[in-house]
Amino acid sequence: MSSVRIVLPYHLRNLAHVGAEIALPVAEPVTMRRVLDALEATYPMLRGTIREYETGKRRDFLRFFACEEDWSHESVDKWLPRAVSEGKEPLLIIGAIAGG
Amino acid sequence: MSTVRVLVGTRKGAFILTSDGKRQDWKVDGPHFAGWEIYHMKGSPVDLDRIYASQTSGWFGQLLQCSTDGGKTWEQPGVKSGEAPQSWPPAKSNRFLYDTSPETGKPLTTHQWYDGTQHPWEFKRVWHLEPSLTDAQTVYAGVEDAALFRSTDGGRNWHELAGLRGHGTGPQWQPGAGGMCLHTIILDPADPGRIYIAISAAGAFRTDDGGVTWKPINKGLVSNMIPDPNAETGHCVHHIAMHPARPGVLFMQKHWDVMRSDDAGDSWHEVSGNLPTDFGFAIDVHAHEPETLYVVPITSDSLHYPPEGKLRVYRSKSGGNEWEPLTKGLPQQDCYVNVLRDAMAVDSLDECGVYFGTTGGQVYASADAGDNWQPIVRDLPAVLSVEVQTLL
Repeated sequence: MSSVRIVLPYHLRNLAHVGAEIALPVAEPVTMRRVLDALEATYPMLRGTIREYETGKRRDFLRFFACEEDWSHESVDKWLPRAVSEGKEPLLIIGAIAGG
Repeated sequence: MSTVRVLVGTRKGAFILTSDGKRQDWKVDGPHFAGWEIYHMKGSPVDLDRIYASQTSGWFGQLLQCSTDGGKTWEQPGVKSGEAPQSWPPAKSNRFLYDTSPETGKPLTTHQWYDGTQHPWEFKRVWHLEPSLTDAQTVYAGVEDAALFRSTDGGRNWHELAGLRGHGTGPQWQPGAGGMCLHTIILDPADPGRIYIAISAAGAFRTDDGGVTWKPINKGLVSNMIPDPNAETGHCVHHIAMHPARPGVLFMQKHWDVMRSDDAGDSWHEVSGNLPTDFGFAIDVHAHEPETLYVVPITSDSLHYPPEGKLRVYRSKSGGNEWEPLTKGLPQQDCYVNVLRDAMAVDSLDECGVYFGTTGGQVYASADAGDNWQPIVRDLPAVLSVEVQTLL
């Protein structure tokens, strides 16, 4: 089990009543799907806010970054970088700059 | 002493305004859900401290919030803040899934798009929440793309009343400029089976069996901007109001035209009368005088602000046709705000209070049925909705 650090956008931090960064245990191998599953299981109020309820599709105006790389369009079953699974680098969930 | 609680949904959060029965001095509480669009909040008439709120965002989607202490604290139904789910399957308070089953949804999956082609039904947000008149755990949600949902467990789980979309005209429905939204839900206090709803730009519909079967109720509506001005559906109804003591009488602010029905929507006739313009969004009825109506005329469908820069509420004491401008306390020059469809409400105190919010962030109140107005607040974000609770 890895301890994965996650940084949420401002509004989702407020919704989940957490600070700027959280850490969650995630089973290895660590993938985006497993991280999001763990996140939603621990913070059920976030269900539907990062990925759509039925399809599991990432919401259009959210982006995933890890180790300075955009993971938004990668397979959710691809292994995340070792630095993320080892807790050295956080997974960033970012609201796109849109809408003014 | 009575208390009045005004629930204000805005583009950037929710606000709760409270006053005593004099309605002169107000306490402003908020923003709740700061930064989120709050399309609508409404309290249960059965349990006044139970308030439902539609919280939405272009980034994060739709959430349903509920307070059981009059708006002091909130949580998503079935989800305790900061706790892992206590049961499985978890509550699905923000899950609005269209019913496409052969038995109910029939299975309806597309509606008409702007270019005339068929387009998939896609859930976007909840526009209006209507708590049951008899059960605090039951609440209806009008959503975009247009459909009606019902929860019987306080908002934990939602099920579509699919007979509305599936009754036959659904594939002909088309979005208005603001989206294809189901924005009006009226529950008949005298007949538990009867519900009225309205959709932009499909029209008004009624069920007499609790939502199983539906029919369009648009006879008499004339919309010159559509191919058949007298079509069964396709009318851009902006809002409908009803006095609870006379549920068969309905008043409608259509895109253009103020309309009236005396037969539960089976037929409509125009009562725009001497209004300076009959375009507008909001309409409501006096709490104690079923023939006294309020509208806020807006210049046109191209100019969403009051005529001549004068913010005027118009009141009819004759059920329409004869209207008088109400201006005392309202800006009579350089005013270019809009008043949206769900942004007007009345209280039920002996001297009926009338309230409305503007896209400029003002919420105005009149404690004397519209004769005199004062701003409760002037600088909120754009107001999307106003509801009032009278707490005795």
